[in-house]
Amino acid sequence: MNKPLKEIVATASRRDVLVVGATLAGSSLLVGCSLPDMLSAGSKIEVGAFGPFLKFAPDGTVTVISKHIEFGQGNHAGLAAIAAEELDADWSRVKVEQAAANAKLYGNVNMGGTQGTGGSSAIANSWTQLRTAGAAARAMFVSAAAAKWGVPAAEITVSNGVIAHASGKQAGFGELVADAAKVTPPEKPTLKDPKAFTLIGTDRVRRKDAQAKSDGTARYTQDVRLEDMLVAMVAHAPKFGAKVKSFDATEAKKVPGVVNVYEIPTGVAVVANSTWSAKLGRDALKVEWDESKAETRGSAELLQEFKDLASGKTAAPDDEKKGWKGFDSKGDAARAAAGTAAVEVAYDFPYLAHATMEPMNCVAMVGKGPTKLIFGSQTPTLDQLNTARVVFALPGSVEIETLFAGGSFGRRATFQSDYVVECVHIAKKVGKGRPVKLVWTREDDMRAGYYRPLVHHAVRVTTDAEGFPATWRHRIVTQSIMKGAPPGSPGGGGVDFTAVEGAMGSPYLKATPIVDAQLITPDAGVPVLWWRSVGATHTAYVMEHTIDQLAKKAGKDPVAYRQALYQKAGASRHLAVLNLAAEKAGWTTPAADGWTRGVAVHESFGSVVAQIAEVKLEDGTPKVGRVVTAIDCGTAISPDQIAAQMEGGTCYGLSAALFGNITLTGGVVDQGNFDTYRVLRNSEAPTVETYIVPSTAPPSGVGEPGTPVIGPAVANALLAITGQPTLSQPFVKT
Amino acid sequence: MATTVDVNGRPLNVNSPPDTPLLWVLRDELGLTGTKYGCGIAQCGACTVLADGQPIRACQTPISAIGAAKITTIEGLGGNHPVQQAWVKLDVPQCGYCQSGQIMSATALLASNPSPDDAAITGAMDGHICRCGAYQRIRAAIKEAAAMPATAAEPAAAPAATPAA
Repeated sequence: MNKPLKEIVATASRRDVLVVGATLAGSSLLVGCSLPDMLSAGSKIEVGAFGPFLKFAPDGTVTVISKHIEFGQGNHAGLAAIAAEELDADWSRVKVEQAAANAKLYGNVNMGGTQGTGGSSAIANSWTQLRTAGAAARAMFVSAAAAKWGVPAAEITVSNGVIAHASGKQAGFGELVADAAKVTPPEKPTLKDPKAFTLIGTDRVRRKDAQAKSDGTARYTQDVRLEDMLVAMVAHAPKFGAKVKSFDATEAKKVPGVVNVYEIPTGVAVVANSTWSAKLGRDALKVEWDESKAETRGSAELLQEFKDLASGKTAAPDDEKKGWKGFDSKGDAARAAAGTAAVEVAYDFPYLAHATMEPMNCVAMVGKGPTKLIFGSQTPTLDQLNTARVVFALPGSVEIETLFAGGSFGRRATFQSDYVVECVHIAKKVGKGRPVKLVWTREDDMRAGYYRPLVHHAVRVTTDAEGFPATWRHRIVTQSIMKGAPPGSPGGGGVDFTAVEGAMGSPYLKATPIVDAQLITPDAGVPVLWWRSVGATHTAYVMEHTIDQLAKKAGKDPVAYRQALYQKAGASRHLAVLNLAAEKAGWTTPAADGWTRGVAVHESFGSVVAQIAEVKLEDGTPKVGRVVTAIDCGTAISPDQIAAQMEGGTCYGLSAALFGNITLTGGVVDQGNFDTYRVLRNSEAPTVETYIVPSTAPPSGVGEPGTPVIGPAVANALLAITGQPTLSQPFVKT
Repeated sequence: MATTVDVNGRPLNVNSPPDTPLLWVLRDELGLTGTKYGCGIAQCGACTVLADGQPIRACQTPISAIGAAKITTIEGLGGNHPVQQAWVKLDVPQCGYCQSGQIMSATALLASNPSPDDAAITGAMDGHICRCGAYQRIRAAIKEAAAMPATAAEPAAAPAATPAA
């Protein structure tokens, strides 16, 4: 590394955008192989004898190092189990530790080698990596035992953490760790035949953090307390894109405990000795905003603009980048606009806040030694890069201690590391390495944008003599998530797949002879972001609810109608989950008195989920009871945590379908807290039963695929009850 | 001005101004960070602690209003309380951030109603938000704890509060 620092940083800025843009959303568009080297330059992390993922203590404890953050998904249990299986470790003596930030050691294979958690990829991208790490370490222990005992390695067994030989000699990992550490790791260790798995796929694979998360000792960013630490709160502009014009800190500085007030790029920051002082100080600030470049449209106006584009009332820009872009289209588009439509409907979806239980927050130390961050980092490489630009350091030198996060659902992964950079700016003002904890209130969090985008779909389907789709015309209007990526990223030119995934690739479109599907992504000043299951949050709804309307029109049973289409499309996994759910739900028998069933099926993040929901109307509001779920997620590592993700994902999706709604008036967000942004509560939660399709395929995602299916399943039940489609979310209007 | 608050069986002097919400006194001054901030307006329940055995929202309770009430936080349950055992047994937590509050309300519920039916559980727990959607396991864990012998809402061994570093 003889390049000047400035050049390295500048190069990083240009190149990372490609990786990051491509990878967060799962594309394989990658840049040069030296990138992880470059991104980790300046890092001082040392790797032990057993590689970056495993450590063994003299007391026999095995520590699996997770490169992925744990914010509810249960991935720490699954990741540890993968390594423990190949090791034949004693599961009760396996611990999990959070990895440091280092793209070279801990890059996500599905994210072009940048370190990050998203796209339900934690287990999938670690599968081979952790199996290999576990098998290599096992071989090292076997070699060490063979040498020590003077017996052939082939005669040594490892079981439940005990290394043994028929002669009666035996030892634990702890007793042999010093010897094993000296063995050269095998380059290509032999992996187990999955038939020999004793841990993976069993109910023994349970969370390692349940105790800490039940006794108050689990540590979140909110809980960080350091010597001399300051707490910061920031006054943000009420409209997106506004800047500070002027401010008066006189009253704020009078609040006991307030230490200082700084202007930063995103507003005015108050730093204080305690959270409450910071809040009182922030509330006492007087700030005038320059709104000359602010977004001033409301959500109703934006939606009308989207509708006018979809209907053709407003002409789209005749521009390769800003105009309509096709996907999955085939055949004569004119025919998709002609003939009598069997179903012609339009759907509206509002902005949605992630509303994690722990509002965004971060701890930063700048100005003395390496810059250090302590928080729930979902995308450490991005957070390092964005921090490096503020403090002018090598990205790899930015240290990150990743803690548990109180939820994310996508929110902690933004291209700009928004709240992280805000904290770094404040810590830089404070300087001297003094720790600063940035705390957002619920209102700060809910009004900060990065929402699931506002979306409008218009769908027109004609059918053949048997009632199956003959032509399918589809228009999607929404803001582009990938447009938020820095210049040069995908999404600027082609189809933003985060806006169309789920419609794009749908078995229903595969089974339709003529398809004219197009996307347009108008600009708006409201920041948008992935939100648990991303494009599927709306495409699954549109596809699945449209299918039920078509089945109804054709006079066919919704399950039978889907089965026929899946057979046409060769969608065997869809067919399998549908059949399993139908069988378990007793689809062919009547539902319990007063309940009506609805079905939906959707593939996302490599997994296919079918749900059959039992629904009734209580005072006009849908009540959801039993929800039978079938999932094909490849090899099931932890059946219990897969079930937990189906339960939680269903609640998250149902909350949005029933209640989720962020609106803006004149550019100002109308909601601020849970009194105005209604979310699902315990008595409104369904009882989810989960059934897993047996599979020997590599594991695929479970964190997101359970979210998008419940909305259409409920809408389809409502269609059966009322005869009417439900064409906008949320279902419950306030 | 010092105020004395009885937390987890220990009288503790606190120096925060009297209008400071109990939540921030517990977290910032006494270092009892198991009690969480979620909304600040008593909508989500993450900050729930017990005052003389009754669940209260610490974000909306100034320390001046506490008086002689005995406060129990998640740390005061000791880690092995039947409700906590049930939570661990069923792997209730996902992100875990709301669970301290959920557990405190469940503990109070079972202390007053050892065999709660679904309506009673709804009454006690609907003030709590879990964005991960662990709701059905919360319901199951309450029933699990109810079936365990000798569920007691009394604080177990009270750990020392850790003063700010």
